[in-house]
Amino acid sequence: MPRLILRPLTLVPVAVFAVLATVFAVYLWQVGPGGKDISQIPSAMIDKPAPQFDLPAIKDLPETLNVPGFKTADLKGRVSLVNVWASWCPPCRIEHPILMTLAERGVTIYGINYKDKPEDAIRFLSKLGNPFKQIGVDTSGRAAIDWGVYGYPETFVVDASGHVRYRHVGQIYPHQLDSLILPLLKQAERPAGENAAPGTAGAGGS
Amino acid sequence: MRVFLFIAALFAAPLIAPAPSPFAPTAALALQPDEILKDPALEARAREISKELRCLVCQNQSIDDSDATLARDLRILVRDRLKAGDTDTEAVDFIVERYGDFVLLRPPFKNSTLILWIGPGVIFAIGIFGVTLWHRRRRAAVAAPVDPLSADERARVAALLAEKPQR
Repeated sequence: MPRLILRPLTLVPVAVFAVLATVFAVYLWQVGPGGKDISQIPSAMIDKPAPQFDLPAIKDLPETLNVPGFKTADLKGRVSLVNVWASWCPPCRIEHPILMTLAERGVTIYGINYKDKPEDAIRFLSKLGNPFKQIGVDTSGRAAIDWGVYGYPETFVVDASGHVRYRHVGQIYPHQLDSLILPLLKQAERPAGENAAPGTAGAGGS
Repeated sequence: MRVFLFIAALFAAPLIAPAPSPFAPTAALALQPDEILKDPALEARAREISKELRCLVCQNQSIDDSDATLARDLRILVRDRLKAGDTDTEAVDFIVERYGDFVLLRPPFKNSTLILWIGPGVIFAIGIFGVTLWHRRRRAAVAAPVDPLSADERARVAALLAEKPQR
């Protein structure tokens, strides 16, 4: 009868398999339902100043919608959200009530209206409400490219110094309002790189 | 040893002579006539750059292959940069600044991509090392001198051979 001999070298393949299986299992678990979307691309803009742009307002706005255009300098002074949207983009429409909620809670939201017809954009806002403080029209799509946008809608958290702190690809889901967006806005109130609680910030000395 | 050399050659072959890919893009062009530059030299450069840039919508096609509107916008942007006097590297850097290294279909060699570039070689080396080790041990085991039978054992063998098979 053959005896089972366990030498250290025999265990190497088993160990390698165990490590790989664990890595794959963790990864699968992460991308599972409600998990992270691995097709999402990390933004190259994080912690960099927002790109330079100066976009005009939507043409022929009715008097009920008084929304000026949007340029880089407007971002200075307060934490804000920048939302790239279009009336033709279905997830933008689904996301819209969330932007309305955020605006009602006093969050400053700027819009970049991407490759849209002015009359469609006006109809969209008149019907569903306007959460935007200012909206810049990006007819060519160049401003969106400068922001590194590749899917619509996309939402950026920009801090008071005009630096991009976070990028969200696709619609913001209702559960992400309290779990993601509002904490990020709060975090953006503090200078970049400082994630510690305010009380412990000076503990290390210089 | 000859086997190893053969395996090594097998792996090295594509490095020496890259065979024309059977999966090369077909004649159907994503590029629209209105995008093409008048200057053929500039257009040729733009095509080469476009083939190296990933379409972020499709993610496994180059912007030269993709029909996505963003790919078209990026193709035009690359051509605008070249017209403005950018070198190839400057034009590519302009896109990378906005979309990150992911936009490059050929990942650059740097600290964050070290595992990607070195990993396969390291794993291959570990494999070769393991096989060599196993091979050497086996040969050593075969070559090891076998202890001759003792007088007792020889007597037992003789007794067993002398036995008549029981049917």
